[in-house]
Amino acid sequence: MKKLGVIVNPVAGIGGRVGLKGSDGIEIVLKAKELGAQPESPMRAVDALKIVSNVKDSIEVITYPYEMGEEECQEAGFNPKVIGSIFRGETTPGDTKKAAEEMVKNRIDLLLFAGGDGTARDIYNSVGYKVPVLGIPAGVKIHSAVFAVTPRSAGEVAVMFLRDRLINIREAEVMDIDEDAFRSGAVTSKLYGYLRVPEESRYVQSVKTGGIIAEKEALAGIAADVIDKMDDDDCYFIIGPGTTTRVIMDSLRINNTLLGVDIVSNRQLIASDVSENQLIDLIKGHRTKIVVTVIGGQGHLFGRGNQQLSPKVIREVGIKNIIVIATKEKLAALSGRPLLVDTGDEGLNKELSGYIRVTTGFEDYVIYKVGY
Amino acid sequence: MGRDKNTLLRKFHQARWDEEIILEMSVPGERGILVPRAEEGIRAEIGEGVSVLGNLRRKVPPALPEVNQMRINRHYMRLSQETLGTDVNIDISQGTCTMKYSPKFQEHLAARHPGMTEIHPLQDEDTIQGILEMYYKLEQFLKEISGMDYFCFQPGGGAHGVFTNVSIVRAYHKSRGDKERTEAITTMFSHPCDAATPRTAGYKVVTLMPDENGYPDLQAMKAALSERTAGIFITNPEDTGIYNPRIDEYVKAAHDVGALCSYDQANANGMLGIARAIEAGFDLCQFNIHKTFSAPHGCMGPAMGAHGVKAELAKFLPVPRVEFDGKRYYLDYNRPESIGRVRSFYGNAPIVMRAYAWIMQHGAEGLREVAECSVLNNNYIEKKIREVPGVVVRYAKGKRRLEQVRYSWEKLKEDTGVGTEDVMRRMGDFGLQHYWTSHHPWVVPEPFTLEPCESYSKDDIDEYVAVIRQISKEAYEDPEFVKNSPYNLPVHKVLAPSIDETERIAVTWRQYKKKKGVK
Repeated sequence: MKKLGVIVNPVAGIGGRVGLKGSDGIEIVLKAKELGAQPESPMRAVDALKIVSNVKDSIEVITYPYEMGEEECQEAGFNPKVIGSIFRGETTPGDTKKAAEEMVKNRIDLLLFAGGDGTARDIYNSVGYKVPVLGIPAGVKIHSAVFAVTPRSAGEVAVMFLRDRLINIREAEVMDIDEDAFRSGAVTSKLYGYLRVPEESRYVQSVKTGGIIAEKEALAGIAADVIDKMDDDDCYFIIGPGTTTRVIMDSLRINNTLLGVDIVSNRQLIASDVSENQLIDLIKGHRTKIVVTVIGGQGHLFGRGNQQLSPKVIREVGIKNIIVIATKEKLAALSGRPLLVDTGDEGLNKELSGYIRVTTGFEDYVIYKVGY
Repeated sequence: MGRDKNTLLRKFHQARWDEEIILEMSVPGERGILVPRAEEGIRAEIGEGVSVLGNLRRKVPPALPEVNQMRINRHYMRLSQETLGTDVNIDISQGTCTMKYSPKFQEHLAARHPGMTEIHPLQDEDTIQGILEMYYKLEQFLKEISGMDYFCFQPGGGAHGVFTNVSIVRAYHKSRGDKERTEAITTMFSHPCDAATPRTAGYKVVTLMPDENGYPDLQAMKAALSERTAGIFITNPEDTGIYNPRIDEYVKAAHDVGALCSYDQANANGMLGIARAIEAGFDLCQFNIHKTFSAPHGCMGPAMGAHGVKAELAKFLPVPRVEFDGKRYYLDYNRPESIGRVRSFYGNAPIVMRAYAWIMQHGAEGLREVAECSVLNNNYIEKKIREVPGVVVRYAKGKRRLEQVRYSWEKLKEDTGVGTEDVMRRMGDFGLQHYWTSHHPWVVPEPFTLEPCESYSKDDIDEYVAVIRQISKEAYEDPEFVKNSPYNLPVHKVLAPSIDETERIAVTWRQYKKKKGVK
């Protein structure tokens, strides 16, 4: 019998409706409550769990007490096994972390959680790669790619996974923006890591056609196309973060910084996990290209999870020397929305927008729209 | 008995024979036929015919199945009962494929007429004048239909036809000493062979995404075009069924940078007698005879991709060309700038015969009527399908489409969790072939593509729509029921992952034995 872990961050999303741009930290939660905010995540969790309850006789559900899952599970018709203890009405990120850790110990097959980017980070810190995870979108900030499109689809994917109908697992970005900075108007997001997420086949090609196998081939082709360009001379290649760019480093058998920026030249590593300032020093006077991929579910090229690639760095390298890589499936998943640039420099954003050639395979490209 | 008069649904159940693989049926020594001995004159020349093989002669006979006639006949009849072909179902499902009726008259000629079956491609031209005449006349027909100056019937399928056009584009640039052209452009909703064939020919391929109206993005195309562009390879209408009325602007933009424009008209069913490649400005085009001109679909071989070119590209056409000197038809091999042979001999003569017969039966007005009926049928079914709960249609709001529509079950999936592949499997339970979803990646989510070409009546379309409506109803009432379908077919639901696992797939008997551990 498959075991499903359920964690609800009951205060996720509470800051959204009252304009607080997030719910991280107890002060904000209290302030939100003062402003009359109602928690939304319990309701969203119930929406997802109701779908899962179609298979309730063939799974075991483990959850945390009261509003952290017990109540939502019961409302959806489950009779869950409840572990741990919390103070009702005063949950903290620490509770989320503890709950996730204990569920891993209980050998769950899938962790379904309701929350936002902050919750995803907490889960990531305690679960890492140990257990597949799927997010029910319930927070103010949903930049991470670990969330299903809707609560309902989270339920659908969970059911498919628990019934062995969906075996593909992909690594999805856990991202979060600095809420304090966000409140003061600046968006600085960081890529915290990757969680293993059952593949959602809504926009991408279905499992039936060998999604993962075909994707591996496409990625190998993309890497080969970029590496081909490394042959001619001593041009520097700045390799941005992400699992797509990682394939280039893997093909070169170079250690990759998944969450950071590396520099490669002549197929050799020049520098690892470099900051903006280091980048500026290193590339000065060198012909350089930047290799970036689409980060997060909203299609960002710059300004999400790769702030090292600052306006200064981009200008130094030159817009013509930006290589964008992504699979066609990833582009199709954007559903026609443009790729986004948010460098923090309006002028540069404008220069970057228009049409860009995205490398989608070996000598295979898509012309795609860039906006800001 | 019979179809329900109100619901238009049938109580269908397909045969399930649990049939062996033919190689498992082999009984050593059992015979289907005794091969006749060669004629005396030949025997006198080469004896029993085997000794001349020398070292080429096999030491061990091939492991072919040994099965008598009646068992073979039974075997394949049973297998045929476990499929849903054009002759037994309302074949509206295969959008983009144009599954039109292939009249039995021409099928009979192709299969039985000694003028077709008893000839050999190495026969002297003088003994196949009738065949060559059909080649020549069919070329005149297709010239008129497309506006191109020359046609060639050698490629054995649509993708082969496009590849031949790619080869001509390559030869054209080479003849001009232009070596900088390394790229080809296509669109996301064109057939994937428009990307694959230039790629096979060594070109880098640039793909254009659809804009919000479903047309290939013209601005993106202008961004993609350069002096490196060898050609554009596109369809119109694309898989969405939306005709791009500004196609000439795309062609002009390509011509402005010196590229050639190749029109993939594999499925030209909505345009016969109405719009032509030449007026849109194209330099090359191709028709899939098995789509638009009613020959049966041939599965990547015994089909035909007839391709046409403008006069200045004629010298690059494959050899041999069928020519006519006013008295006699002949094969012309003396074409020094030709790209050479693209297929053995001179292509699939039985397909030429079918297309010739079909066009002769219809006449010019008839061909136009084919297009008009296709479009009318499509407009009718589109209206009906749009009314089915759970269906959405992306792009081109308020515009009519030509011969097909790419629909989406996006809403059904959101509402019920039932997706396009679930609905597709359930179709079989009503005696309808699984529909065509989409090429990959799925730009339109949960897609399905229907094409009720001119062959189908209003009643056929009504029955088809009734099935789609019924499945939608079932999905809203009991999604699990649809997800676990089919129930009335020889094979029930096959879990998707197992299809992906190459180690579980065998495409030859040898592989099968190895993987199954069969001695």
